Amino acid sequence: MELTLWTYEGPPHVGAMRVASSMKDIHYVLHAPQGDTYADLLFTMIERRGQRPPVTYTTFQARDLGGDTAELVKRNITEAVERFKPKTLLVGESCTAELIQDQPGALAKGMGFDIPIVNLELPAYSKKENWGASETFYQIIRTLLKDKVNQIDKINPQRWKSLGRRPKVNILGPTLLGFRCRDDVIEIQRILSEQGIDTNVVAPLGSSPKDIERLTDADINVCLYQEIAEISCEWLKRNCGMEYTTTIPIGIKNTINFIHEVHEKLDLPLTNKGELEHKSKLPWYSKSVDSNYLTGKRVFIFGDGTHAIAAAKIAKDELGFEVVGLGTYSREMARQVRSAAKDLNIEALITNSYLEVEDAMKKAAPELVLGTQMERHSAKRLGIPCSVISTPMHVQDVPARYSPQMGWEGANVIFDDWVHPLMMGLEEHLIDMFKHDFEFVDGHQSHLGHTATKVKDHINSKGKEGNKNKEVIMWTESGRAELTKVPFFVRGKVKTNTEKYAISKGIPEISDETLYDAKAFYS
Amino acid sequence: MSKVELNKETGPREVFCGLTSIVWLHRRMPDAFFLVVGSRTCAHLIQSAAGVMIFAEPRFGTAILEEKDLAGLADAHEELDRVVNDLISRRPEIKTLFLVGSCPSEVIKLDLATVADKLNKRFLGQVRFVNYSGSGIETTFTQGEDGALKALVPLMESTDDEKLLLVGTLANNVEDRFKKIFNQIGINNVESFPPRQSTELPKIGKNTKVLLTQPYLSDTIRDLKHRGCKIIYAPFPLGVEGSTKWFLAGADAFKINELKVHEVIAPLANRARQALEKHTEILRGKKLFLLPESQLEISLARFLHNECGMELIEVGTPYLNKDLMDEELNLLPDNTKIVEGQHVEKQLDRVRASSPDLVVCGMGLANPLEAEGISTKWSIEMVFSPIHGIDQAADLAGLFSRPLKRNQILTSKTLATH
Ligand code: SF4
Ligand code: SF4
Repeated sequence: MELTLWTYEGPPHVGAMRVASSMKDIHYVLHAPQGDTYADLLFTMIERRGQRPPVTYTTFQARDLGGDTAELVKRNITEAVERFKPKTLLVGESCTAELIQDQPGALAKGMGFDIPIVNLELPAYSKKENWGASETFYQIIRTLLKDKVNQIDKINPQRWKSLGRRPKVNILGPTLLGFRCRDDVIEIQRILSEQGIDTNVVAPLGSSPKDIERLTDADINVCLYQEIAEISCEWLKRNCGMEYTTTIPIGIKNTINFIHEVHEKLDLPLTNKGELEHKSKLPWYSKSVDSNYLTGKRVFIFGDGTHAIAAAKIAKDELGFEVVGLGTYSREMARQVRSAAKDLNIEALITNSYLEVEDAMKKAAPELVLGTQMERHSAKRLGIPCSVISTPMHVQDVPARYSPQMGWEGANVIFDDWVHPLMMGLEEHLIDMFKHDFEFVDGHQSHLGHTATKVKDHINSKGKEGNKNKEVIMWTESGRAELTKVPFFVRGKVKTNTEKYAISKGIPEISDETLYDAKAFYS
Repeated sequence: MSKVELNKETGPREVFCGLTSIVWLHRRMPDAFFLVVGSRTCAHLIQSAAGVMIFAEPRFGTAILEEKDLAGLADAHEELDRVVNDLISRRPEIKTLFLVGSCPSEVIKLDLATVADKLNKRFLGQVRFVNYSGSGIETTFTQGEDGALKALVPLMESTDDEKLLLVGTLANNVEDRFKKIFNQIGINNVESFPPRQSTELPKIGKNTKVLLTQPYLSDTIRDLKHRGCKIIYAPFPLGVEGSTKWFLAGADAFKINELKVHEVIAPLANRARQALEKHTEILRGKKLFLLPESQLEISLARFLHNECGMELIEVGTPYLNKDLMDEELNLLPDNTKIVEGQHVEKQLDRVRASSPDLVVCGMGLANPLEAEGISTKWSIEMVFSPIHGIDQAADLAGLFSRPLKRNQILTSKTLATH
């Protein structure tokens, strides 16, 4: 049993719903009790979708359990097929149905429909949302392509030359409820077409079973989200030799690397190498004198594997931050995240518990948090600015404007999204110059208004913790007064540092002088 | 009894399960914690229903069953013990811990009552354990509150004092208002259930007169009756009419003259009717379709028809307790079509065919209907907003007039691009 207050991922059938809802001409019959229909609102509310997910729930009740729930399943399948006339039917069960073992997928297959039926077996008590999405996508591809891949030859990524056409790729992995997926696809397609590369199929987002059947028309696959598409890409490689890319084009460096990788795989000469450096504003914005204050900013990163790894790279190499924490809830990507953390000389945090993340965050005392909706809350409580870089997300992370994370425009968006919370409405060098001005009294800061009170809590709670550690450190009146003059956004750090200093020097009381001693010591 | 048309329908539903009630119950009783014993789905449901993560450290959580828990029930009990221990050491301020059953825990027949018994012995004097089911195979949406309250009834001590007990979760300001008005009418001993602190349960007995504030508390009422309480049947306190009749019924049970009630209520009612007017202007003559979700639908339909002049196309309710709803059904116009249960697809077909001006529905359906050009109002807003009582009548009407008003402001003309 695992105690959770909030969870980063939903159950695996929600992953399946993400794939089904991303596609056209597909219907999903889900053997589930009525309450499981809540999942619809993830799509209609968080994503503001104007369509219901293509899902029919059997909504069995306790009184059905004694009787024939299998009949109920069959009735719902028949009705769904008649009403929605899907080209492919997904059949699966949620956690409760798994326990009553009706095997709806097998039932559906025995009903004599002439459409492909994908039987989804998603173990609800050991797997989670991303796994469910990945498995569903894979099962759809396998079901629809099984016969075809046996008949075709190994796909040579350079065959476009002999076929006398432009190179063609598939973009695999984007789904609904993925972080800014819709815009990432547009951005990547645009970048590829600038290079003379066509998109054959984007899937699952926007694709139909017909599109899945023509995946093998492309020369290579672009694996855009490993969480969702890696297994499918692997299968296509194993069964028909299709190569796939492994670089995730988030950030300038990785976008360039991605373009290189695609060209290499296709054996397509890269003609505009020099231009690539200037496609995004991030490098210049990051170098401009105004960004000087970003130097060595301490960031804490937590999210899904893909976005967390990419964020760490950008933070360090493209914005000049110091990464003081890196972690993920995607256990499937633990290995990659660990190695990314190792490169940064830190230890990766692989966990499912947002409280553990909060603790790690507190310890690392970062100046910026890049996380999920959960970290946004934790950071708020700690009075640290935060930007959301990964699911799970809030409706406000699904903006109306074009807002990708990938490619050139993605890099621009990232610069803005990460740097703005740090500025808090004012440029930091100005804050420094004018810090004794009345405007900078607590409570006058812009949108981090909550911080004013939170900082006090922060100070108090840190004090209590100190006591618990039996390191009884007292702040004198003068020390306290001086501490309140420190700008609120670095106060936590200054306080911790000063206490650390005091403990190391065996100073029992922190006065204003101690604070300055510590400052000198650390600078 | 008016001749409403009662229908039943079965099929795929689109409603929340009873776990959702936790989201308002935990706000009412801040010293309580709700521990769902369920699956990742259950955890995800309350997270999503709770306005997508509004609370940083909520007073509810889920003990998620894993494969090994399913294998052996004995282990599941031990595991649950461990989780409860962790929780209580982390949250020492918890006074009452609700163990909430879910579909998976019911299907594997995890006996939460026994677990609660054992824990009660162990944590005697520190934390009280109660259990109920909020599972989607047993309950819908608001019925979870019924389960939670019913579970508390055995813990209520006995008394022969005469009192009025208001049953059903209310917003604090509404509760204060109700008490004040009853005092003015001449009923002074008024208490609420659930109380604001889980440990301050009211005492009950044969001189307790119960007035329901919510229509979805069938089981709780039955148990209160067994404890000797006298149930006062009345329409529910939504709108001026419902609230007035509700106060009158309460006063009658205490043998207070009707005139006295009118004397207190008349000025409030007049004020409320005036405030209602600007909403009725928008609502009058508009066609309303209520999909089943909160069990408040029948009372809402009565209010929106009788006081706001809306035309009722269909009134859906997930579940109908005829005893409790009798007074409400009597106030509905003849031939009102009531549909108990749901076949969501067929119901949506009827929605489209009847081209309503407003549909009351769950969150999963709202945006898709809006996209079809049909204005909607979320059911969940009704259980989260203070809508009870005379003073709130205009606010209640406002919840329905706002989407229509918005339609008037944002017309195809204002949104046109050329
Ligand atoms: S319907 Fe059942 S399984 Fe689903 S969330 Fe509700 S209690 Fe949990
Ligand atoms: S606005 Fe901020 S605090 Fe409120 S729910 Fe959204 S993220 Fe949480």
